[in-house]
Amino acid sequence: MQRSLLRDLAYPAVAVFIAFLLGALLVVATGYSPAEIYGALWHGAFGSAENVAWSLQNATPLVFTGLAVALAFRAGLFNVGAEGQLILGAFAASQVGIRLKGTAFDTTLSILPLALLAAALAGGLWGAIPGWLKARLGVHEVINTIMMNFIAALLGSYFLTVPWIKEAGSVPQTPIVSANAVLPAARFINPYTRLNAGFLLALGCVFLVWFVLWRTWHGFELRIVGLNAGAATYAGANVGRTTIAVMFASGALAGLGGAEQVLGVHYHFIKDFWVGLGFTGIAVALVGENHPVGVLLGALLFGALQNGAAEIDMMTTFPRELIQVLQAIIIFLVASMGYVRKRSAA
Amino acid sequence: MGLALLAWGAASAAPEKPVRVGLVLSVGGLGDKSFNDGAYEGLKRATRELDILPYDGEPTMVAEDDRYFRRYAVEGFDLVIGVGFLMQSSLEAVAKEFPRIHFAIVDAFVDLPNVASLLFKEHEGSFLVGAAAAMATKTNVIGFVGGMEIPLIHKFRVGYGEGARYLNPRIEVLEKFAGSGPEAFSDPFKGKQLTETMIAQKADVIFHASGSTGNGVIEACKQHGVLAIGVDANQDYMAKGYVLTSMVKRVDVAIFELVKEVKAGRFRAGPHVLGLAENGVCTTDFAYTKQKMPAGFEAKLEAIRQKIIRGEILVTDYTARPAAAK
Amino acid sequence: MLGITKHFGALVANRAVHLAVERGTVHALVGENGAGKSTLMNVLYGLYEPDEGEVRIGGQRVTRLSPARAVELGLGMVHQHFMLIPTFTVLENIVLGIEQSKGGLLDLDSPRAQLQEIIGTYDLKVNPDALAGELSVGMRQRVEILKVLMRGAGVLLLDEPTAVLTPQEVEELFKIVRLLKSQGKTIVFISHKLREVKAISDRLTVMRGGEVVGSHATAGVTEGDIAEMMVGRKVLLDVKKAEAKPGDVCLSIQDVTLVGGGSKLVLDHVDLEVRAGEIVGLAGVVGNGQTELVEVLAGFRAPSDGRVRLDGRDLLEMDVLERYRVGLAHIPEDRHKHGMVVDMDARDNTILGKQRDEPFSRSGVLDETAILLEARARIAQFDVRPPRPDVRAGDMSGGNQQKLVIAREVSREPRFLIAAMPTRGVDIGAIEFIHRHLIELRDSGVAILLVSAELSEVLSLSDRIAVMYEGRMMDVMAASEATEQRLGLLMAGIHDKAEAAH
Repeated sequence: MQRSLLRDLAYPAVAVFIAFLLGALLVVATGYSPAEIYGALWHGAFGSAENVAWSLQNATPLVFTGLAVALAFRAGLFNVGAEGQLILGAFAASQVGIRLKGTAFDTTLSILPLALLAAALAGGLWGAIPGWLKARLGVHEVINTIMMNFIAALLGSYFLTVPWIKEAGSVPQTPIVSANAVLPAARFINPYTRLNAGFLLALGCVFLVWFVLWRTWHGFELRIVGLNAGAATYAGANVGRTTIAVMFASGALAGLGGAEQVLGVHYHFIKDFWVGLGFTGIAVALVGENHPVGVLLGALLFGALQNGAAEIDMMTTFPRELIQVLQAIIIFLVASMGYVRKRSAA
Repeated sequence: MGLALLAWGAASAAPEKPVRVGLVLSVGGLGDKSFNDGAYEGLKRATRELDILPYDGEPTMVAEDDRYFRRYAVEGFDLVIGVGFLMQSSLEAVAKEFPRIHFAIVDAFVDLPNVASLLFKEHEGSFLVGAAAAMATKTNVIGFVGGMEIPLIHKFRVGYGEGARYLNPRIEVLEKFAGSGPEAFSDPFKGKQLTETMIAQKADVIFHASGSTGNGVIEACKQHGVLAIGVDANQDYMAKGYVLTSMVKRVDVAIFELVKEVKAGRFRAGPHVLGLAENGVCTTDFAYTKQKMPAGFEAKLEAIRQKIIRGEILVTDYTARPAAAK
Repeated sequence: MLGITKHFGALVANRAVHLAVERGTVHALVGENGAGKSTLMNVLYGLYEPDEGEVRIGGQRVTRLSPARAVELGLGMVHQHFMLIPTFTVLENIVLGIEQSKGGLLDLDSPRAQLQEIIGTYDLKVNPDALAGELSVGMRQRVEILKVLMRGAGVLLLDEPTAVLTPQEVEELFKIVRLLKSQGKTIVFISHKLREVKAISDRLTVMRGGEVVGSHATAGVTEGDIAEMMVGRKVLLDVKKAEAKPGDVCLSIQDVTLVGGGSKLVLDHVDLEVRAGEIVGLAGVVGNGQTELVEVLAGFRAPSDGRVRLDGRDLLEMDVLERYRVGLAHIPEDRHKHGMVVDMDARDNTILGKQRDEPFSRSGVLDETAILLEARARIAQFDVRPPRPDVRAGDMSGGNQQKLVIAREVSREPRFLIAAMPTRGVDIGAIEFIHRHLIELRDSGVAILLVSAELSEVLSLSDRIAVMYEGRMMDVMAASEATEQRLGLLMAGIHDKAEAAH
């Protein structure tokens, strides 16, 4: 057991190392100093308590969307629609946080859970639609989830033009949610950090997804559905119902990610905050090999890289395009290493 | 640069340290051939001519600007600039947090003692292109396509109309907005549609103040052989011979001048309003369209320019007196 | 092949193996799964580099073998799993890899002529323009054979060619093999099916545990001898069983009808009863409704009409899990499709279908300890190898996979067991073991429905035999009255004349 865990960790470590070597070649070839660029990368990602908090904050929504993709993947479903589910969840959370402002429900103990619940429900239902279409009509979920991403993004933009939803301002946005609906931020790190309790919620979801997948018969059946639908029927699992339920749960996770963004980072529903969160979630799930803990590590990698990249952008003259190439090299190698390991293990 | 690495250690000390300027661009801003490029251009010129240390950052996500501002502020930079009105609220928040750091914002007003707001007299520039349109039209019908219907864009519309009527009181000005949401600034299809409607109504010069929606305006003008007027940056090259001129907002000039003041230790907070007098707004040199204009048009435009500068012509500023404007 | 040794890590797959095949003969390479046959063939074909030893072809030592080199030397391999592109035609599949262009365009005319000639020579009856995906399994195998013949192979390596074929298709294949031999081709025939080896080969080499146990002229050995060499001990090929003592009717199928695509009757008013303590064999050519009948019984699909009762309870009202709970157990005909999840470990596979039941789960949460204990118990009970609960099911041999499936199903202590092709792809040692277990179950009072494509298996295990043809139950008879001939006629849809009279 222990040896395999060590080996599991060794591969990504080697991948990151090789990636940094290749990256260094790129940096040198373009006339920069690797020490400077990597110094900035490191500083941005982990250089101070505030920066670590930034990295964790960046990682938080990716944990949710990564888990959403990974969970569906375990059931053999490719949920490309995490972004759309996140948008709907975020919007639902914002509406609960705004509409219940000043009502009897406006206490932390009720408005916050209600907002989270609404987000999970909204994201879940948005995910369950392609699940239902797949289960009942056999329509491939990839197409439907992609399409529903467009619908969700346009809906999100549309909502922000509706007079009773939007708030006047330079950017399309809703009013601020009730202070009681806000996920408390880790102010002890830095008064301005937006790293918030949503990160703990994400950790909770990592555990929950792991527990359900490997410690309950629901998860057992879910995995069988993903590995062998014939065997699932044989084992008494209802493939159709499982498909719908998994897509609901997947969407609910993404929806919670949206709630974290609204209640913990932006404090209102703001146009385009979602761009890339769902798609990066797919990459996170791939890097994490669809394992909840892998997703967590993958999200942290992405979050830290994003942060380090911002630092390089701000504090050096290294071209922005090359920063992205550097990020891509690292992600590419980490993801490939997973397959190398699988092949060498087989 | 190696300095950047060392910088966070020695943020506050060092008496002889050079002036450091941090420029925060919009998401996906660089390459917009407009504000962001202009701001960047201004910073580059300042680097060449004023011996400063330039830094620039382009956030990758919405609502991330504040951390860029904060990063430069923490570093103790001498000037931190935000580009575009979308950054108004985040810059305001960070500027409050760091009262001893000098900030500047382009195209928006932030009322704080440590913030310079770089604003433009768009109405003056619009007046001038309006006059040019009046000289170029053969049908005596000209058009205006606005992006989102907000006071700032009305400022263009009103100045343009006044400039046209100044030369030709009987001229007909068709006016259309692409929408009431921010997407109205990025809808070339809508821009093209509106323009074609105007062309059908005989308009032969059409001014747009509508972001990338204007790409559709220019395309439609080119297809139908009429003239467009560009905005913000020099857009004459986009359809050579079919863009009469552009109402250019010299963000580069604004940034350069501001950096110059900071370098000289004369930072002024509050509005910096740049008009024709300050070269903050201007027309282009009609490089591709001279032959479409009547002889002596340049002298005529220059005369109008001087009159505005001297205050002999008063152009209505919609944002100052919206009620007075038509 | 001289002294071939091949290691995989600590495992020795081949140890000093000698194999000599004479030109123009059919040479059988026999051995249980995992005896090293496939490794040896892959060495010969150049897929693996041997650690020691050499390969000689026509007396010439061959080094640096690769599949491409093997083809040059006239070796052709027909794999157990076909490698055809379903959306390509037969001709396109055959040309793939040796295609030639004419003026930049794919030249299909000259290979077509060549192909027609080969088809004619060996009487292969394949339509070059049919889509590979629409061919029957037997036909696809012929395409694979054509592929190697087109590449000029003089030596054909057939890896378990009959594993996927029906008895009729096996006969067809043998005809082709004999024709190939008469044309001077050399055939290496890899198999563990003794009857086939006896029927087709001139010589045979038996492998066990990576070593050659012996090489003999086929005529000089009996099936029993071969089996003994393969397993390493005496094997009972005939099932010893006592007279059945059938009890009450356990399973009753009445009037079950299933309408398939195109309103064709897949099951046509089927009636059948299975009593406690008896084995009813269900014979029939594959595709005559047996699979669908099993699916109806197991709860995979609902019939259009009819009743199914287990101990008087209506099964059709129940879902799959409820059926298991009232005493159904099911050894599915395709363990990879239904019976197990190859990407899960042996442990998880031992609770397939029991995952919601105590003690394996309590209020939804799996009990890891209980599952591990169960896995260990089943593995020990059926001598599953390797005896490790954490081994991936897909890494176990076919026989051991099947043992695991049967162990799981038997441990339900069922009232009624569906045993569909229980020995498919299983080696002799395991077949004997499985047969013995089925008889034991019968003797303990379980009702068993045995569905098998192997007539010999149906004949030797069953107490009564039912025959299906085109969805209809042709006849049910006592096993003592059944002969291969009589069953064969019924399977072809022909009632015995004497039977037809009354």
